[in-house]
Amino acid sequence: MLNTDFLTIIGLDHYLILSSILFSLGMIGVLMRRNVIVMLMSIELMLNAVNITFIAFSKFTANVDGHILVFFVMTIAAAEAAVGLALAVTIFKRFREVNIRFFEHLKG
Amino acid sequence: MNNELLIGLLILCPLVGFIINGVRYNRPNAYLSGGIASTAIGISFVCSILLFIELLNLPVETRQIHVRFFEWITVDTLRISAGFLVDQISAVMILIITGVGLLIHLFSIEYMHHDKGVTKYFSYLNLFVFNMLILVLGDSLLTMFVGWEGVGLCSYLLIGYWFTDDQKAAAGMKAFITNRIGDAAFILGMFVLFFSFGTLDLQELNALAPAVAETSWMGAATLGTLFLFIGATGKSAQIPLYVWLPDAMAGPTPVSALIHAATMVTAGVYMICRLNGLFISAPNTMMIIATIGGLTAVIAASIGITQWDIKKILAYSTVSQLGYMFLAVGVGAFGAGMFHLMTHAFFKALMFLGSGSVIHAMHEEQDIRKMGGLRKYMPITHITFLFGWLAIIGIPPFAGFFSKDEILWMSFHSPLGHPVLWAMGALGAAMTAFYMTRLMCLTFWGKSRVPASVHPHESPWLMTLPLIVLGILSIIGGWVGIPHVIGAVLPGHPENVLGNWLGPVMKAIPGITEGDPETEWLLMGVSVAIATISAIIAYQFYVRKTEMPGKVAKALGPVHTAVYNKYYVDEFYFAGIINPIVEISKNIWYYIDVNFIDKCTYWISDLVKSAGGIVRNLQNGNLQQYAMYVAVGIVVILSYLITRI
Repeated sequence: MLNTDFLTIIGLDHYLILSSILFSLGMIGVLMRRNVIVMLMSIELMLNAVNITFIAFSKFTANVDGHILVFFVMTIAAAEAAVGLALAVTIFKRFREVNIRFFEHLKG
Repeated sequence: MNNELLIGLLILCPLVGFIINGVRYNRPNAYLSGGIASTAIGISFVCSILLFIELLNLPVETRQIHVRFFEWITVDTLRISAGFLVDQISAVMILIITGVGLLIHLFSIEYMHHDKGVTKYFSYLNLFVFNMLILVLGDSLLTMFVGWEGVGLCSYLLIGYWFTDDQKAAAGMKAFITNRIGDAAFILGMFVLFFSFGTLDLQELNALAPAVAETSWMGAATLGTLFLFIGATGKSAQIPLYVWLPDAMAGPTPVSALIHAATMVTAGVYMICRLNGLFISAPNTMMIIATIGGLTAVIAASIGITQWDIKKILAYSTVSQLGYMFLAVGVGAFGAGMFHLMTHAFFKALMFLGSGSVIHAMHEEQDIRKMGGLRKYMPITHITFLFGWLAIIGIPPFAGFFSKDEILWMSFHSPLGHPVLWAMGALGAAMTAFYMTRLMCLTFWGKSRVPASVHPHESPWLMTLPLIVLGILSIIGGWVGIPHVIGAVLPGHPENVLGNWLGPVMKAIPGITEGDPETEWLLMGVSVAIATISAIIAYQFYVRKTEMPGKVAKALGPVHTAVYNKYYVDEFYFAGIINPIVEISKNIWYYIDVNFIDKCTYWISDLVKSAGGIVRNLQNGNLQQYAMYVAVGIVVILSYLITRI
């Protein structure tokens, strides 16, 4: 008899799989895309993937710590986005582009 | 006054003078800076006299003033304190240094007052006196060495005083480097002595010296004293290191008088007298000292005969007279060495200052061929120079007669002496009389060869005063050491005051016997006769038959050329020692430094550079690549952790 529990009952595994997929997408975005704004968006995606993991664990272990941590992550992410966007604006002003490849003067 | 204060004042006054004049070095007021410098030496001179009187009041057995200001070096068994010893020997020395030094300072004021750097000059002179006092008063070889190096430095500074002239600067360097060779041997001597006797204290060294004379060449006393003597040949301009002294005449003339005639160059003789107990126990060293001294006396005198530069003649004369002093200490007659040191300080300082007066009057002309007949223009200089001349050629009763005669007598009579040494001394005396008379004739007597553009004049009183004082000392200076045979026949029977004074601190020569008065009279008569005849011949040559010197020179041919060119010693040193060393150094530089050591370091640096070249590709400034490193790193670590479980 085929066990269909996996398809019918949403459990911790599903959340974790979703989270890993989102995290991997975000990471690939950071590593591959050249556009700084897209990179920032990818970072947000990674952070949110982590948030999902926190919430999932929090729910399935009946522990409120995860919720609290998520709030911190969101706050920090907001601040980070502000700084990141400011950097993006500066880079645009300087190069008339937001391509990260223009921004590699620190090579050895 | 207590002794610490006196000795402190004696030593520190010249240092204070040096500092004052050194700070205001660019103010060319000769009278002010000369006044400061002379006052400093004057105070020291007064201190020396007070110390001398103090010493006179002490009983003979404990006649010494020894002060220790502070512990200087304390390492295991080596204990050196800043200790200063005034005894019979150093008391005579400090009187000479500060007394003659004061006169020369006064002379310098007038002599140097046109010079722009006169304040610097006086500060150097004061520094020299300070170091010289350290040298003679130091109670251990190491404190003596401090002064020994200090006077070498001042000598270098003052020889190269007019350093814008390349030749003079080179003369300064020559003096310094030649002295360094001697100093290295001096240090080795200190090592040997400390290693064998465990002390550097002069009195302890004298006391620890082996009681039985050392016959082996490798014995501690022989080896140590030999090294010290090599040090003395450097400082006191003896064969083979005498070459620097004639060149040292590049300095101002009063400097030649103070440093290169009266005081510094006698440091070697003084050092040997100081350590007489040690030297007398090493007869091998003594033999070498006497031989070198005798040879130097003869060879330097022979060069002196052919020179034309008034200061060069006096310089070779100084080398020759220093040879006499070494001859004296070499035969064990330390008292005679000190005696000649003293009289020489008087008459040679006098003659150098006199030559300074002449050079001053002749507008910096030093060639005696362009002088002559100066007697008319410079009566005081002439008279005082005349006294110096009579003193150096050894005419009684002038100072040089007594000291030179004592040396000649001792070199014949002492068990360490030898008739050959006496013959060398007598030959030297004959030549001395010849070249000094030649100098007198060509400079002061005969027809004037002065160029029409030069108008010689007598020097101002500040220059003639020291001449007069030294002139008087050149007459009476020898009367403190009248030998017994002469004293016995003179009215009042004067004693050998200096001999008695120095006696307690000088070890007697082993095996010395009472001299035979008749022999002594005979030798005395012979040496005076030789000197007189030689002087008369020189007078005939250079005043009466002026064509004779040229004929003789032509007859001697190559011999005269060799002597005139100073036996080609400088050339030999260049060809035999200096140039080979330079060549070897060049080769070492090229093959070892450039081709080996440099190549090794280049190879190492190239290695590091190429390794860096590979690694630098990792840091290419691409942010995404950095992020990739992080990601890959995390993956690797995680996979390791997971697979481990």
